[in-house]
Amino acid sequence: MNAPAVPNDYSAYPDARGRFGDYGGQYVPETLMPLVHDLDAAYAAAKADAGFQAELAGYLTHYVGRPSPLYFAARLTEHFGGAKVYLKREELNHTGSHKINNCMGQILLAMRMGKTRIIAETGAGQHGVATATVCARFGLPCVVYMGSVDVERQKPNVFRMNLLGAEVRPVTSGSATLKDAMNEALRDWVTNVHDTYYLIGSAAGMHPYPVMVRDFQAIIGREAREQILEAEGRLPDAVVACVGGGSNAIGLFHPFLNDDGVKIIGVEAAGSGLESGRHAAAINGGRPGVLHGNMTYLLQNQEGQIEEAHSISAGLDYPGIGPEHAWLHDVGRATYLSATDAEALDAFMLLSKLEGILPAIESAHALARLPEITREVGKDGIVVLNLSGRGDKDVNTVAAHLGRVI
Amino acid sequence: MSKSRIEARFAALKAEGRAAFVPYVMAGDPDAATAAAILKGLPAAGADLIEVGFPFSDPMAEGPPIQRAAQRALANGMTLKATLEAIRAFRDGDADTPVVLMGYTNPLVTWGLAAFARDAGAAGVDGLIIVDTPPEEAGPLADACDANDISLIRLATPTSDDARLKVVVSRTSGFVYYVSVAGVTGVKEADAVAVAPHVERVRKASGLPVAVGFGIKTPERAAAIARVADAVVVGSALVDEVAAAVELNEDVTARVLSKVEALAKAVRVARHGLAPV
Ligand SMILES: Cc1ncc(COP(=O)(O)O)c(C=O)c1O
Repeated sequence: MNAPAVPNDYSAYPDARGRFGDYGGQYVPETLMPLVHDLDAAYAAAKADAGFQAELAGYLTHYVGRPSPLYFAARLTEHFGGAKVYLKREELNHTGSHKINNCMGQILLAMRMGKTRIIAETGAGQHGVATATVCARFGLPCVVYMGSVDVERQKPNVFRMNLLGAEVRPVTSGSATLKDAMNEALRDWVTNVHDTYYLIGSAAGMHPYPVMVRDFQAIIGREAREQILEAEGRLPDAVVACVGGGSNAIGLFHPFLNDDGVKIIGVEAAGSGLESGRHAAAINGGRPGVLHGNMTYLLQNQEGQIEEAHSISAGLDYPGIGPEHAWLHDVGRATYLSATDAEALDAFMLLSKLEGILPAIESAHALARLPEITREVGKDGIVVLNLSGRGDKDVNTVAAHLGRVI
Repeated sequence: MSKSRIEARFAALKAEGRAAFVPYVMAGDPDAATAAAILKGLPAAGADLIEVGFPFSDPMAEGPPIQRAAQRALANGMTLKATLEAIRAFRDGDADTPVVLMGYTNPLVTWGLAAFARDAGAAGVDGLIIVDTPPEEAGPLADACDANDISLIRLATPTSDDARLKVVVSRTSGFVYYVSVAGVTGVKEADAVAVAPHVERVRKASGLPVAVGFGIKTPERAAAIARVADAVVVGSALVDEVAAAVELNEDVTARVLSKVEALAKAVRVARHGLAPV
């Protein structure tokens, strides 16, 4: 294969067929094709509608609590002794993660389309909670598919969804984690084509989800760009985020893609280590293929059967990655590193102790690469890291790994 | 050669004035040897065409029966290569019964689309149904199929309006598969009265025979569909027989083939003494 062309303008992608280079597309059963075409058209119309954008902005301000702060982490910076570290505080959003940005956008779209029933998949439960939240706010019935393994390790979030009025359906097929929850949500959608809106939680899946979710999450990067210009009078040297499906990462990255001087760094979950084979690093340990409606990097065996992902973090425990990341990797615009479970745990504790912030175990994967990134960028440099969620949901997991009973 | 095998079979059935019975079986389910014995026995049991599923770990349009069949096959080490070998072995004993492979995109991407179409054609595959490759994404696969005289068979569904049907039937041959229910395989039941006008619409749009599948479990239902469609596909109900036989420690091949016989017989006699619906 020839090296893919480096684009002049990253914001011009995807193309009309939902392609970022070779990646993306609409690999879905025929029953769903009219639905994804409808969604594509409805989203394009909403995107161009100032009224829709104003309504969304209103909810983001008054319900979600935006803008989220860009916080200079002085003690963390001092600890590493390199570049200045700024944290984009998405964990302060209502419901405790970036997921709500996307949910608010999609629920308004769903209502605009006249849909009366919402379904979603969730891994950590953060997207499920955010979906259940907006469904409660707008009075729509909500079904959340969640792998039975994840139901077990994220019990507080399951209860939270129930409190919000959502029905959580445990999924036992396949590996009983996020990818299987997504299969089951797609099966529901194929079955309930007339009234149901599928609210996907990451910048993954078939077109138009990757571009739509990116657009709804790009508020993170737009705010961060303004905030760092205000605080430092210049752009950062690097922006860093953890990558599961890739929504918090692409949300931060996208407004910086055309800024040549800004390094773009994603961090995948390396589980027990890349060489162990037990990880969730689609780019670092997978190859291109087709799953859940799009062509992207996937964990798979020689036969093209999808392999189970492994990560301490339920939110990163997915064998794929959004197609835009696959493309940014191939064209060399972004770099994808990885962090192991153990490294993420250490970073979780470090941020808790030094800054008084419990990070989501997902976000802790990005934090775990700061020692090298801050060193490389150097003392006069600036790094912006997306603190995509708060860690309260993870205290049981962390305690278990420390051998503590709480 | 291969495309004409499907055409010849439908032409012969048209002359007989009856619909085709098309069993769907999963390659390697419950194991390679048993699946091979089932495949070999299908024509004598009444199969006019055969659909062979190849297993995928994440079959998003399948209900529990076919999901479990794929898992049984994968657990016993079934591969796409072994699937083609099984079809080649079947072809050695049967030169006429068309075989259509059905499954998901990723294993083919792994193989390489052009190489796969060549190897499948050489093994005696006549058609391909790739559930998650819609017409919009099918260009390279359609090229590969054309180059090897394999029919790329398309799915039409209850959500296909007339404009969509035009897209669906582009670059297709052999027959069109009408998915009789909005849903996954093996859950909802197809209704012949509701299906009939859609079959007619798809026939008109494509000029091809129309097979109906996804919600047909019993001989009665198969007969009702056989009165309105050109072919009746039964899958979940057959893989459920595999599961039951394994569970009860019965002869899997005998149990599956006897179900095939009952269904095939119902399809054969469906139009006797009955005015078309
Ligand atoms: C806090 C947090 N960060 C990150 C992720 C990973 O998702 P994405 O890569 O789409 O941002 C999740 C998913 O559940 C999450 O809860």
